[in-house]
Amino acid sequence: MDWTAYLPMLWQGAFVTMTITLASIAVGAVLAFVFGIMRVEGGPILSTVALCYTEVFRGTSLLVQLFWFYYALPLVGLSFDPVTTGILVLAAHAGGYGAEIVRGALSSVSTQQLEAARALNFSRLQTLFRVSLPQAIVEMMPAFGNLAIETLKLSSLVSLISIADLTFAAQSIRNITLDSTSIYSITLLCYFAMSLVLMVAIRVIERLVRRGHAFPQMPRS
Amino acid sequence: MMYGYEWDTTTWVTYTTSILPIILIGLTVTLKAAAAGFAIALVLGLVFALLRRSRLVAISWTTAVIVEFLRDTPLLVQLFFLYYVLPEFGIVLPAFLTGALALGLQYAAYTSEVYRGGIEAVARGQWEAATALNLTRMQAYRDIIIPQAIPRIVPAMGNYLVAMIKETPVLSVVTVMEMMGLANMIGERTFEYLVPLTLVGLIFLLLTLICSAGLHRLQKALPKAGIPLR
Repeated sequence: MDWTAYLPMLWQGAFVTMTITLASIAVGAVLAFVFGIMRVEGGPILSTVALCYTEVFRGTSLLVQLFWFYYALPLVGLSFDPVTTGILVLAAHAGGYGAEIVRGALSSVSTQQLEAARALNFSRLQTLFRVSLPQAIVEMMPAFGNLAIETLKLSSLVSLISIADLTFAAQSIRNITLDSTSIYSITLLCYFAMSLVLMVAIRVIERLVRRGHAFPQMPRS
Repeated sequence: MMYGYEWDTTTWVTYTTSILPIILIGLTVTLKAAAAGFAIALVLGLVFALLRRSRLVAISWTTAVIVEFLRDTPLLVQLFFLYYVLPEFGIVLPAFLTGALALGLQYAAYTSEVYRGGIEAVARGQWEAATALNLTRMQAYRDIIIPQAIPRIVPAMGNYLVAMIKETPVLSVVTVMEMMGLANMIGERTFEYLVPLTLVGLIFLLLTLICSAGLHRLQKALPKAGIPLR
């Protein structure tokens, strides 16, 4: 069997990998902002909840989390298909790390900015959305970029809960053909290519954010 | 290694206490794998960092591409690659060593960036002062640059060690019987996955919390001015 014969199957797997990665990044970003803002602004109870969330998802291994939710969710009556479970766990994992990024960036906004907002009689929400976040989001972008690449790499683990992603496709072809060298080389190159594309996409988003396009109400200067 | 063990699954308490000994055996494997992988990452990362600083463009660029490639591809696929491809070239390693090598390779890419960042963060004036004092390149590295780079490098390295410990469960897919692999195996025998997996998760949480606290103290204890090598 020629190595080009593997490509259709690997492409199908790569498509699943891309879908799962992008979905996890999107859901993870929402979780990151929600829990990150809760950590900073949430008051004693909400910030403790957010702290527990980040510590649990950062402190336990992703593979353990995947298997845990894969076996545990059906026991409490929530049976999702493996793809949903995979996306949810990856998103929660990324969200845990992302929340720390959001928290770090929010707390690095200088106190003068907050004092100025207060002097201008901004409410807490206005301060957050008009002063802190627009500045903090620029600081977050490089770290979020790394996290996105990390999520793409970690998405390979979902193959172990029987999701037919790129790694799973590679494994199944290997089990039939035993042609390990070319299959795994192609697979590694596919992941590398996807990482590079993701990196370029992040650069573009970063540039947009830096120019203030993400916050049109901010005067550009 | 599972023979001779009886698991009492009547309640979660008895189940936990009956599987704890075997999970703790897995813990030692986890820690050994992380230690071996980290040792490889520390040495190989330094090699990458030095090659990257080479004055020959061919060498520095090749190293940069290799490091980028290792950083941007999944550990799991790298592990499969080593596990299935190395034997085709006549290199047959035990699963544990293959796993440690995969961990080491992936993290060498990270640590090389830490070394590079640590060395480059030392102010340019320090190099100029070393030149003015007529020190050789070796002496400058040994007495001026590396002592100042260490306090910047150590905390980042510690973070990667913690991250590596959390990635060791991946090795279970190539039959390394660390905590996660054992928990899964116990689950397969008893059809009760939740208790062993929760136990393993809690042990990981405990490990990372302890390591983070230790790192925090270490970071405070490190003198900012640097650590003399002599």
